[in-house]
Amino acid sequence: MAGTKIRVRDLLVSYGAKEALSGIDLDIYENHVVGLMGPSASGKSSFISVINGMINFEDGARVRGKIRIDGFGELSGRHDHVALRKKVGTVFALPIPLPRSIYENVVFGAKLKGVPRSELNELTEVCLKKACLWDEVKNRLSESALKLSGGQQQRLCLARTLALRPEIILLDEPCSGLDPISTAKIEEALSELKRDHTIILVSNNTKQIARASDFVAFFYMGRLIEFGPTERVFTNPEDKMTDDYIRGKFG
Amino acid sequence: MRINPRLTDKVVRGGLTFQALFTVGILVLIVAVIFVKGFPYVTAEFIFSYPQDMGRLGGIFPSVVGTVFLGLLSIAFATPLGVGTAIYLTEYTKESSLTRIIRFGVESLAGIPSIIYGLFGFIFFVIKLKLGWSLLSGTLTVSIMVLPTIIRTSEEAIKSVPKNLRMVSFSLAATKWETVTRVILPSAAPGILTGIMLSIGRAVSETAAVIFTMGSSLRLPTSIMDSGRTMAVHFYILAREGISMEKAYATAVILVCSILIINIAAYYLMHKMIARYS
Repeated sequence: MAGTKIRVRDLLVSYGAKEALSGIDLDIYENHVVGLMGPSASGKSSFISVINGMINFEDGARVRGKIRIDGFGELSGRHDHVALRKKVGTVFALPIPLPRSIYENVVFGAKLKGVPRSELNELTEVCLKKACLWDEVKNRLSESALKLSGGQQQRLCLARTLALRPEIILLDEPCSGLDPISTAKIEEALSELKRDHTIILVSNNTKQIARASDFVAFFYMGRLIEFGPTERVFTNPEDKMTDDYIRGKFG
Repeated sequence: MRINPRLTDKVVRGGLTFQALFTVGILVLIVAVIFVKGFPYVTAEFIFSYPQDMGRLGGIFPSVVGTVFLGLLSIAFATPLGVGTAIYLTEYTKESSLTRIIRFGVESLAGIPSIIYGLFGFIFFVIKLKLGWSLLSGTLTVSIMVLPTIIRTSEEAIKSVPKNLRMVSFSLAATKWETVTRVILPSAAPGILTGIMLSIGRAVSETAAVIFTMGSSLRLPTSIMDSGRTMAVHFYILAREGISMEKAYATAVILVCSILIINIAAYYLMHKMIARYS
């Protein structure tokens, strides 16, 4: 068993009086894909935004509990967010390319991080290949990223995140707006990426979680209902609610 | 009785079209009058030679130079200050009583008549700071005058940059400042540029505030401590004192043309920028 990359203990997230997450204990293992599933408002996205520190942009959000990221340390709210995000990359639900060229999108973060200019071309190629996009864009890197299709844009967002060489990649429903073929390409990319990265995949789509993840956590109403190896959870869930959710009885 | 909706539609469309054409018509009329009266007297010599006999004879070269410098220097002063204020108000503070006070101040500044700016500039820059009637006094006064325009247009432009782009930038480990300079400002640039253009237009066409602070010397300004006379002021004095209506209108032609050129250049620049970032 690989080591624990992210250790979460007794996490509580609230927005004003409303609790989005409470009593969450979760260990995320290195170099695996961990799927977070659950109906909307179950707290999956809040969990993600705690890990990448984006929760601090939400008005009135409060975070309690202990989160330790291997190689970074304890998250405290006062930690260095820029340093954190060099370790933790995020791909959002909607593909949001920066209004620049494909090339400039990929190297945006890497340039800021100080990667030397001479390495940028190679980095672009490597990251676009990892995101399964290289063949489609290699001849038009200087074109605007906004001209790509939705599926291509999302893979570009993945490549752009990879260019920071993060240890952890968070994907917040990355395929919610994509067609099945683009979705398959993203999943294909993930299966390769987990060799070098720890991946958290949030999805509403239980089938995607079943296909793409090694471990799965089921969230419901801000609580972690069940966590375990994907195969075990999907064939033999311990909790009745997990069973109902997987069978599509609610959610 | 029910009004026929299709008839209403036609009447409204006709009315609105008329209003739009009327607006453009006024602009065309103004430009036409100035051109008819002034264009026959516009020659290259008029632009590049010195005035004689109070401007009754000769050209307007010193005024052209004075106008260009006043416009450019005012923008050079006002842009950093204005855009900086806009960035502060939109990105570095949450809505609070402080931002409301700043905004109220900016709006009040916009409502002050230019003659008041002129008097202030005269008392503060010319007399108190002993800068005299000079390009510098004029520039500083006009900068303050155009500041509200730049702040407001920049603020609107920055606000219209999608919030998502900020999130993406932060998620890619950019600092706040990197996000401002590399993501927000490039996206907001066309809007900011519009504000700058409006401000240049105001600066070069201002008379009251400029007469009090830059003076109306007809000599060629060779340093920022020299007095000078902008084209707008020259026009005003020629017409007001009945020195030469021909020269006055010819000056107006040059002034209107330069504003037109500035606007077209800005429009072109804006499109290039939009093309680059989309």
